Amino acid sequence: MSKTSTPARSTEPVTAVPVRYPERWIAAGVILVLAAMFVHMLVTNDAFNWPFMADHMFSEPVVRGVWITLSATVLSMVIGVVLGIVLAVMRLSGNPVLVSVSWLYTWFFRGVPRLVLAVLFGNLAILYQTVELGLPFDNYWMAWLGMEGDARFFEIDTRTALSGYTAGLLALSLSEGAYMAEIIRAGLQSVDKGQTEAAQALGMSRGRVLRRITLPQAMRVVIPPTGNETIAMLKDTALLAYVPVTIELFYQLQAIGARTYQIFPMLVAACLWYLAITSVLMVGQYFIERRFNPGQHGSIRNRIVGGAHR
Amino acid sequence: MSEQIQEGTVVEASEGTGPPVDALVVAENVHKSFGRLEVLKGIDLHVRRGEVMCIVGPSGSGKSTFLRCINHLEKLTAGRLWVNGDLMGYRQKRGRLYELRDNEIAAQRSDIGMVFQRFNLFPHLSALGNVTEAPVQVKRVPRAEATARAVELLERVGLPDKADAYPDQLSGGQQQRVAIARALAMEPSLMLFDEPTSALDPELVGEVLDVMRDLAEGGMTMVVVTHEMGFAREVGDSLVFMDDGMVVESGTPAEVLSAPRHERTQAFLSKVL
Ligand SMILES: Nc1ncnc2c1ncn2[C@@H]1O[C@H](COP(=O)(O)OP(=O)(O)OP(=O)(O)O)[C@@H](O)[C@H]1O
Ligand SMILES: [Mg+2]
Repeated sequence: MSKTSTPARSTEPVTAVPVRYPERWIAAGVILVLAAMFVHMLVTNDAFNWPFMADHMFSEPVVRGVWITLSATVLSMVIGVVLGIVLAVMRLSGNPVLVSVSWLYTWFFRGVPRLVLAVLFGNLAILYQTVELGLPFDNYWMAWLGMEGDARFFEIDTRTALSGYTAGLLALSLSEGAYMAEIIRAGLQSVDKGQTEAAQALGMSRGRVLRRITLPQAMRVVIPPTGNETIAMLKDTALLAYVPVTIELFYQLQAIGARTYQIFPMLVAACLWYLAITSVLMVGQYFIERRFNPGQHGSIRNRIVGGAHR
Repeated sequence: MSEQIQEGTVVEASEGTGPPVDALVVAENVHKSFGRLEVLKGIDLHVRRGEVMCIVGPSGSGKSTFLRCINHLEKLTAGRLWVNGDLMGYRQKRGRLYELRDNEIAAQRSDIGMVFQRFNLFPHLSALGNVTEAPVQVKRVPRAEATARAVELLERVGLPDKADAYPDQLSGGQQQRVAIARALAMEPSLMLFDEPTSALDPELVGEVLDVMRDLAEGGMTMVVVTHEMGFAREVGDSLVFMDDGMVVESGTPAEVLSAPRHERTQAFLSKVL
């Protein structure tokens, strides 16, 4: 609005010389040379043995390993999310017993490395020969009441129940539950208190408020980190090899590598498989995010850094 | 003397199970403390069926807290509150007071509509979804029926073409009208309004007050916390002035607004009128 020195009104189009950035060109040149060297190495170094890799990457046990890896990822995430919801609700319940149990659970399963958990669960059979379902402490109170026999209804051999795969899956799911609990807790806490009050004022019970109002809104905050968790889980299924689960993808690839002395091609194959599955998962995440953002129009970029308002 | 109601405990209560008077809302010596801060210091009020009661008072005087006590969003520290003959939040049996379970309190609340200052629409649901949610989920009304009724209600609040809009696509006034429709969808016998126009731009206040006026003319019982003295004077049957957690003065709007008897009422009115 200043009125000082108004220059003559110009109507010419702007034809200024743009600013040059020579340093950007130098940087780009260096990067291109490095990239060329890398590609050259990929092609010329015999250790890669591409034909061998291509031959074995799709062999039958490897493909089955991919399915095992995928199923372990999906199953442990599903169990982990359900467990996470339960733990998060317990944590926010205000009941001191539930709060402490949830806290202890999270403390333990976040504190112990997944690799250790996987091996630990693989060796649980040492602890118990059989898994039995029945009333607790029956050997004490039945004797005390003068009764014979036991109060166990169902019994199964631990080695059968906890095959390598089940044990590994259990380790991964329980560990995931602890992480998901924190993510879901943050999501639930991000929902405005007014939402709960409005829903309660309409006569919705607590459970219904959680299912219909709070959780769906928490999803927006929960989904992106859950996508991260899923991808991390996909990669952590490689830990199943240490339970050991021999049908798992990484175990199979390594086994082929060790047997044929073609270690490196099989490691590259592992990278490629994990990258491929991760990419598929990312596409899935994109659609799930869209599903839980109805009415959120305009691009994410516009919402975060501003832009033309529609 | 007031009996203290403590969380999770069974309390001795006076005999008799019904409210002492026949009115839709009966508040008897309602106290509420947050920790050591006493916000309500013994409120006695009756709201008759079909009455529109406006509550005014300075900020922090406990108006919202009292409103939230009516539908038990806040637990009373002492006193009793009945809506439609039901003791809110408790069951009285053989002279003792038992806390109601969550779903029993929810059932009591479903008969009381509430409209908030900040609208509190559900952002993940469309306007229609907001209005049908509670009838479908709580009352188990078939979805088709609930939808037809919601369309009617949205028409009634002047938003026939906004059924598919999401809250963030609506203006403040429109959001508040959807919020009113949402509360009405439960066919409540009482409507609570907590400063429904305070968060609105001045030019949007009128459209919300119009809807409330229609509602009052239709015979709805309403308790309205408001700073809109014009609305209180025209639509209100009674006016309550609250200050510092107590009812200082009450009467018809004309009496209280034109001839306030209390110094505190006078001081407050001279600031807002
Ligand atoms: N959940 C709470 N915890 C602690 N203090 C609270 C809580 N809710 C309200 N208060 C306090 O109670 C007092 C009364 O609050 P209330 O919201 O009922 O006032 P109000 O009359 O509605 O005021 P306003 O006109 O500003 O809305 C205030 O001092 C407030 O700080
Ligand atoms: Mg208030």
